[in-house]
Amino acid sequence: MPEQLLFAMEVTLNGLMAGVLYALVALGFVLIFKASGIFNYAQGVMALFAALTLVGIMEGQIPFSHLINATLGTDIHHFGWHVPGILAIVLTMVVMVGLAWAVNQFVMRHLVNQEPIILFMATIGLAYFLEGLGDIMWGSDIKTLDVGLPQGINTWIDETTFEAFGYGFFIDNLDIVATVIAALLVIALVIFSQYTKQGRAMRAVADDHQAALSVGISLNFIWVMVWSVAGFVALVAGIMWGSKSGVQFSLSLIALKALPVLMLGGFTSIPGAIVGGLIIGVGEKLFEFAIGPMVGGATENWFAYVLALIFLVFRPQGLFGERIIERV
Amino acid sequence: MTGDMQMNAMTDQGGYVTEDGRKIGGVMMEMKNITLRFGGVVAIKDISFDIREGEIRAIIGPNGAGKSSMLNVISGFYNPQEGEVWFHGKRRAPMKPYQVAQQGIARTFQNIALFEGMTVLDNVMTGRLTQMKAGMAAQALWWGKAEREEVENREFVEKIIDFLEIQNIRKTPVARLPYGLKKRVELARALAAEPKLLLLDEPMAGMNVEEKEDMSRFILDVNDEFGTTIALIEHDMGVVMDLSDRVVVMDYGKKIGDGPPDEVRNNQDVIDAYLGVAHD
Repeated sequence: MPEQLLFAMEVTLNGLMAGVLYALVALGFVLIFKASGIFNYAQGVMALFAALTLVGIMEGQIPFSHLINATLGTDIHHFGWHVPGILAIVLTMVVMVGLAWAVNQFVMRHLVNQEPIILFMATIGLAYFLEGLGDIMWGSDIKTLDVGLPQGINTWIDETTFEAFGYGFFIDNLDIVATVIAALLVIALVIFSQYTKQGRAMRAVADDHQAALSVGISLNFIWVMVWSVAGFVALVAGIMWGSKSGVQFSLSLIALKALPVLMLGGFTSIPGAIVGGLIIGVGEKLFEFAIGPMVGGATENWFAYVLALIFLVFRPQGLFGERIIERV
Repeated sequence: MTGDMQMNAMTDQGGYVTEDGRKIGGVMMEMKNITLRFGGVVAIKDISFDIREGEIRAIIGPNGAGKSSMLNVISGFYNPQEGEVWFHGKRRAPMKPYQVAQQGIARTFQNIALFEGMTVLDNVMTGRLTQMKAGMAAQALWWGKAEREEVENREFVEKIIDFLEIQNIRKTPVARLPYGLKKRVELARALAAEPKLLLLDEPMAGMNVEEKEDMSRFILDVNDEFGTTIALIEHDMGVVMDLSDRVVVMDYGKKIGDGPPDEVRNNQDVIDAYLGVAHD
């Protein structure tokens, strides 16, 4: 097989894996948007916050230690214990549910029946608040996250492909794990929203608040649930990105990559978020591989956005989004 | 024990038989001296009335009389500043609308509140939410009790859909339906909850004569076949007089008449309110 083609195949595979990670972040957006009509700008920061909290708990860091030391003149930083990965993940999830409750109690509950743009602004505020809170609680240094996921080159794939084509594919174990986890997560979410009473109630709330109340649905319960689920998705995304490139504040910028993903897939579709993520992941890697050298590289920075713009012109609801039906 | 006996005594008392031979039971819901204010505006002023088991009760009055506000008080969307709401012989604490719905009070809205993105079938299924008891995991895995429940709910919903003659649009997204059919789907969703009390806010507003006749027939059939107690608001006097057993008349937030249609029709205050005599 020609070497160029093998390269392209490897690039495609890696693009698929990267796409899974984009899709994970996009999923969080879709969930909240479907359930409450809110475009949650804070989703990326939630992933960062979840990752920070997870590392903090694992390392036994004392939350707000800088603040405590500065005000009380003490010098404390660590509890002096280490929490195993699984337990830390559970504890972090408890924190994320608490956060979901607080968001609903102090922000969203007071904005019922407001315009979407106002809710959107509120989530921008929330994003900056969370970023600051993460900083104060856990410090702003770059941290490494290791919950015991396998990392590094998958030697089996490397050897098998080398024997078959005479060229070994480089696939990261972490990417494979991320793909499997994302697949499981999506299956679980689809089953939840389509086949359970709570899922049906969630779709009802997204559609019409008044009508939802009249059939006996508690809005507050559903909202806390939705933000908790979004928190969970953020946690999964945070773990994957954190393990890959360290827990740092630029992590919140991955949320921006989710935007073109959503424009492609449609803001209201869970499968759309997945397919959109994969298209962007593969697209930007292949484009960089094929066209990049001709235009001086760095196409990955803008390719996704240009693709999204093209979609906006020809198919504004995205690939899987609900058609907007207006009756006059 | 004594409490039960008292309750029975209460529900037994004062029932009556209508002209067409339907038995009306005791008091199901009683509004006592309800006053509702929005800031300085008094929407409802010291109104009392009751709704009896099995009856079709109408609330009528000119625009802005406070009819919808009254319905919103019953369904928990508004909580009155003064007065008491009694349901099945018990005083009801201030409640959220979803709690009222869970007590068996279903409603429709004046300007239709359906889940526009869902199909007719899904919309009607949401009406069954209060009847679903199985746990989340069981439902996700389609397990034992959850499966039975889902099948039972589907059967009941299909019955309602047949009853209201909307079989042919079961899979249609609600957003595509014309106005009259939307009203009917909303009624179907309310009926799916198997309500003890059904509240209809202007079920025939904006309909043509034929659609009004259909809707009237459905309302009478619901009352007849399911024995559902119905409280409705309506503008069309002719329809109200034909449908209802007893009528409450409101004007400027006050009650100006209460009784059987014939009696109310001849009440001087009611005639004045509708013909527009100057208020002093």
